[in-house]
Amino acid sequence: MAIREVLGIYRDLDSAVAAADALREAGFERAEFEVLSNAPYPEGTFGEESGIHRLFVFPLIGAACGFAAGLLITGGTQLANPLVTGGKPLLSIPPMIIIMYEGTMLGALIFTVLGVLFESRLPWIGKALYDTRITAGYIGILVRTAPERESLAISALRKANPEDVLTEGGSVGGTASAAQ
Amino acid sequence: MQERHHLGEEAITRELFRPLVSTPAMMWVGFIGLGAVLAIFVFAVSWMVYWGLGVTGLQRPNMWGFMIVNFVFWIGISHAGVMISAILRLTQAEWRRPVTRAAEVMTIFSLMTAMLHPVIHTGRPWRTLYWVFPYDFWRNIWPDIRGPLVWDPSAILTYLTGSTLFLYTTLIPDMALARDRTTGWRHVLYTILALGWRGNERQWKMQTIAGFLLSGLILPVFVSVHSIVSWDFAVSLVPTWHATVFAPYFVIGAIHSGVSAVVTLMALMRWLFRFEHYIRLEHFDAIGRLLIAVGTGWLWFFLLDIFFAIYPQEARELEIMQFRLFQWPFNVFTALIFIFGYFIPVPIWVFQRFRRNVRIMFWTSIAVNVGMWAERYWLIKPGLMRKYEWTFDWNWYRPSIVEISIIMGSFALVGFLLLVFSKIFPPISVWEEKEGVHFAQQLQVGKRRVSAIVREF
Repeated sequence: MAIREVLGIYRDLDSAVAAADALREAGFERAEFEVLSNAPYPEGTFGEESGIHRLFVFPLIGAACGFAAGLLITGGTQLANPLVTGGKPLLSIPPMIIIMYEGTMLGALIFTVLGVLFESRLPWIGKALYDTRITAGYIGILVRTAPERESLAISALRKANPEDVLTEGGSVGGTASAAQ
Repeated sequence: MQERHHLGEEAITRELFRPLVSTPAMMWVGFIGLGAVLAIFVFAVSWMVYWGLGVTGLQRPNMWGFMIVNFVFWIGISHAGVMISAILRLTQAEWRRPVTRAAEVMTIFSLMTAMLHPVIHTGRPWRTLYWVFPYDFWRNIWPDIRGPLVWDPSAILTYLTGSTLFLYTTLIPDMALARDRTTGWRHVLYTILALGWRGNERQWKMQTIAGFLLSGLILPVFVSVHSIVSWDFAVSLVPTWHATVFAPYFVIGAIHSGVSAVVTLMALMRWLFRFEHYIRLEHFDAIGRLLIAVGTGWLWFFLLDIFFAIYPQEARELEIMQFRLFQWPFNVFTALIFIFGYFIPVPIWVFQRFRRNVRIMFWTSIAVNVGMWAERYWLIKPGLMRKYEWTFDWNWYRPSIVEISIIMGSFALVGFLLLVFSKIFPPISVWEEKEGVHFAQQLQVGKRRVSAIVREF
């Protein structure tokens, strides 16, 4: 099923929150629209939270992989080239712990960043409506909906005094600039 | 007290992107001056590689000299950067915003510079990879993991990788901002680095959690790295090196020199880029208070190290400690360490009016690092310059002009890389500054109007 995108651009936070409320009143689910901004706002600023994530699993997996790699390198090295020193056991645990610790932390760090990218859906190479005014401080509300509800989304977004409303066909104009 | 200036979003972007779009005259002076010293550095390294280690002051038993001292120094400088950033992020300290990026960048460039030193020090840098990573299944060549020279690269590479990823993750939103405001090659570069960032709620949520998670992960690595660097010395049998106190002593010393380097960097950024609205006097005040505690902690460990060498009354330890404390030139180094490392800066930092004076903070932070460089030299060299029962010859260590050029060049290298970074990337996190503006409020408390920050726990 084709999906249409509509992007409302708002000058301030209050207008953006009002637009989110207007969309909900018009029957749009929270999953049908997302808020774009140039800095984070507290969770729930625009309504309920934006979904679950599994970021915390990534460092654990990374740590396990790093630990295993550390164990393999240290244990494997000593077993592959046995150097018995002073009649002591072949596997020297204290230095193994040092390298396994670093391996564990390295794995956790790398997987955390991979997790952040994965959960943030980055890198994003798809096409989506976007406007450079968002990084300049405006707040964007992007609605993804069925073609027959596009006009409903536009009218809901226009209720909250947008600076501009963009569709895939181009700008359909906002009410804030018209009012000025 | 928050002395925040109320700036609009556009003003913040314009001011923080200023170094990217304009190059003040002092920046050109910096590029040319540091570039010239860097050229001397490259020439000195090339000279040494061509003629061999004979052009340095290294000889038996002084096989570790200026380059290893400088390696330890730059590892120390690299430490406080990410430490400050991580602790301030974890505790949600509001004054972190203008400090974190520069601190993280300093960590990365200091670490890279530090890593150069052991490589150059080998005399045949092109063979270093062969020596450090000799895992060779075909010929059955394996490193002995029981030696600290294997632990060291593993720790430093972990720290460098982690710090770089940490920096890059927090840089992504600013890359999107730069992408939307540039054209040409810069636009292409920022588009690639922004990874298609759009700034939706999910991405911001991940960014916030990443700040906490990566901070929590990088802090233990930070402690481990300088501990492991200290074990390069402590697990040997050289008198005055073979001390259990070395790991915490090196870590606190690293924090002392590194936090001071952050102060130096903050002052330079304030002067060079006119970031007075962001790097404010309250930041110097806060970091000055931190330095009093850190400096005094370092002094305690410094004294402990001397005490542990004297208290057992072992002849070899006593001999080296006497050499360090009373004989030329190390008696001068002892004085330098005490005076520059503690007795000049710390009593000055006790007074708030000095902590809020950028020039004084700048020069005291420089003094600390003069003292801390002297301390690293004082720790490493005397133990090697004496004759023991198992050494058949001994000699004084006199650094050559080649080594002195390499040391000077290392400072130029870090400075040059920092300048290049600030020409390509905003040296203060723009999105974090804007986040701070969103939550800033003015509260009337009695007869006073106080700047406050609304924060979510």
